[in-house]
Amino acid sequence: MDATIAGILALDGLTNGAVYALLALATVLVFAVTRVIFIPQGEFVAFAALTLAFLQMGQVPGTVWFLLVMAAAVVLQDLAAGWRQRRPAARLAAQAARTLAFPAAVSLLTMWLAPMQLPMLAQAALTMALVTPFGSLLYRLAYESLADASVLVLLIVSVGVHFALVGLGLFFFGAEGFRNPSFWDQRWQLGPLTLSGQTLFIFAASFGLIVALWLFFERSLAGKALRATAVNRLGARLMGISSSSAGRLSFTMAAFIGALSGLLIGPTTTIFYDTGFLIGLKGFVAAVFAGLASYPLALVGALGVGLLEAYGSFWASAYKEVIVFAAILPVLLWRSLRDPHHEDH
Amino acid sequence: MNLLRKTLAAAAALLATTAFADVNIGVTISLTGPASGLGIPVGNQFKLFPKEIAGEKINLIVLDDASDPGKGVTNARRFVTQDKVDIIFGGSITVVSAAVAPIALESKTPQLSIAPVGVPPEQEHWMFRLPQGFSVMAHPIVEHMKKNGVKTVGFLGYTDAYGELWLKEFIKQGEAAGIKVTATERFARTDTSATPQALKLVSANPDAMLVVASGSGAAMPHKALVERGYKGRIYQTHAAATPDLVRIGGRDVEGSFVVSGPAVVAEQLPDSHPSKAVAVDFVTKYEAAVGRGMRNQFAAHAYDAQIVMEKALPVALKKARPGTPEFRAALRDAIEGMGRTIFAHGVMNWTKDDHWGYTNETGVLLKVVDGKFVVER
Repeated sequence: MDATIAGILALDGLTNGAVYALLALATVLVFAVTRVIFIPQGEFVAFAALTLAFLQMGQVPGTVWFLLVMAAAVVLQDLAAGWRQRRPAARLAAQAARTLAFPAAVSLLTMWLAPMQLPMLAQAALTMALVTPFGSLLYRLAYESLADASVLVLLIVSVGVHFALVGLGLFFFGAEGFRNPSFWDQRWQLGPLTLSGQTLFIFAASFGLIVALWLFFERSLAGKALRATAVNRLGARLMGISSSSAGRLSFTMAAFIGALSGLLIGPTTTIFYDTGFLIGLKGFVAAVFAGLASYPLALVGALGVGLLEAYGSFWASAYKEVIVFAAILPVLLWRSLRDPHHEDH
Repeated sequence: MNLLRKTLAAAAALLATTAFADVNIGVTISLTGPASGLGIPVGNQFKLFPKEIAGEKINLIVLDDASDPGKGVTNARRFVTQDKVDIIFGGSITVVSAAVAPIALESKTPQLSIAPVGVPPEQEHWMFRLPQGFSVMAHPIVEHMKKNGVKTVGFLGYTDAYGELWLKEFIKQGEAAGIKVTATERFARTDTSATPQALKLVSANPDAMLVVASGSGAAMPHKALVERGYKGRIYQTHAAATPDLVRIGGRDVEGSFVVSGPAVVAEQLPDSHPSKAVAVDFVTKYEAAVGRGMRNQFAAHAYDAQIVMEKALPVALKKARPGTPEFRAALRDAIEGMGRTIFAHGVMNWTKDDHWGYTNETGVLLKVVDGKFVVER
């Protein structure tokens, strides 16, 4: 290996690492606020990339029906709960309308706009609008009623949600893989390195999102409310912060970040309905580096995972995944030696 | 009331006796689940299966195994206990075929697998495979490399059994032809990048590259090689011989070579190719039923199952009646002994020791020209 190869590998690793970083941040965020280890985080990546691919072809993506089905399921769940609690019909109807309004509006808009072959950025925006509501719907459907369950129960629910989403993804998107066109086709020659516009786009978007998240948590009331819930759920509730709306908000943000990652990674590789899982899992490994608690450490961990993966596949491509996932073991050992704590369940 | 009951009983008895005399075929294919992309075309072709062969009524019992070997086993158990089938077709994916094989052996029922599958020697007796093995598919690639003076090859393949079996077969045939695999790299379908592997392969600078992957998954490594500046010939295997390769690969796969069974390029085959007439017949009938341009390599295997039955059934019927163990054994012997047979997907010659059976006339090398597959002469 010479400096040229090392340089190309480093660039490749950091590019993937930047996407893993976004997913790691989302994983940390969701865990901190709701104590859910959100395994299906990667599914949003695949959903967004595939949605954009369908829009590129001028077809109505399966996401539309998927979203409507999810929204309808949440409405049914709410109605059942409301009926059991004998709430007035008018309030139930208003609640259902609130749940359905955004998904239905976005779906109709997509059906109208899909055949028009809009410019790429407009399609990307539409994709984000379609995938982001999944977060809150998923939370209400699977996690909200279990908000006080143990971490282990929530983890098991996550595994179930993951399997359900992958199966539904196959149903709504089909088994074929898609590769999206680049957002920016420019290429620069930096000595031996070729820097593509897409790479710059990934770095810029990741950096921008991290800054935006920081501003959100430091400066906005909603962000501070999320932080308060993360520090102490009961305390936050006593201060008038609803833990269920904090959960919904964190899941919405996770879906948003996942969808953005999907748009970023879609042009660099072929995405299948089940690709997201492995990408999300690498984000999860990075989040474990950070003990599921620290955002800056998660960023460092993600870039580390990306580099490890790039160099690992150069030296021993057959053992690439083994190398990446085995790296979690020394980290876990180090973390548990450093701060041993006893779970109460 | 009494009359009605009597009539019903008589009808039932009549049905039972005719059903007993019919030839029953159990079909387990993956119509749903992750492998449904392969199973659905097979199912479409089975809808065109003849209702009668050699004067016998054929009952095709098609069950979905949902791409799940466990479900495949349940289906196969139902076939041999409840339906008393004479032969099993399926599964349409390797894992299901492998799971059904022990039941075929136990019940002494012949099995025509629509997926390539390796089984233990004792199960081999009842197992016949419709897809081409790796050796007949590697043959045209090796021949083409030899003709074009390729001496060294870089291998970039899946980490799974498909990649492994190809590598083994290619090394074996390559050595005989004086071609050496100088670099071997692996990747997985869901990987986000194959750049590191491509870097290493390109720096080894072999005369040609062999990419072993399937469908749309074959485009990503191919693009990575081209992006890293590889200018030599790139070869793809038969699992990549789908329009998806060109759809995703675009300009980067232009000029590369793909090996394929003959059925999907029926009209383009040279007249000297033995399968030409049969392959054209398959494509015409399939596309008339399913739609233009819908031809598919897996559906062609189902078409070939029909050719097997048309040839083997009359022979077996001379020896025994359907529904009996003797008939199943006779059918198995007839399939094994049917000799050189022209399939839509090549030339089949099953023998006692070889239940893969295709001859080297089978494989066709295609070149991607202007985004279309063209037969390379």
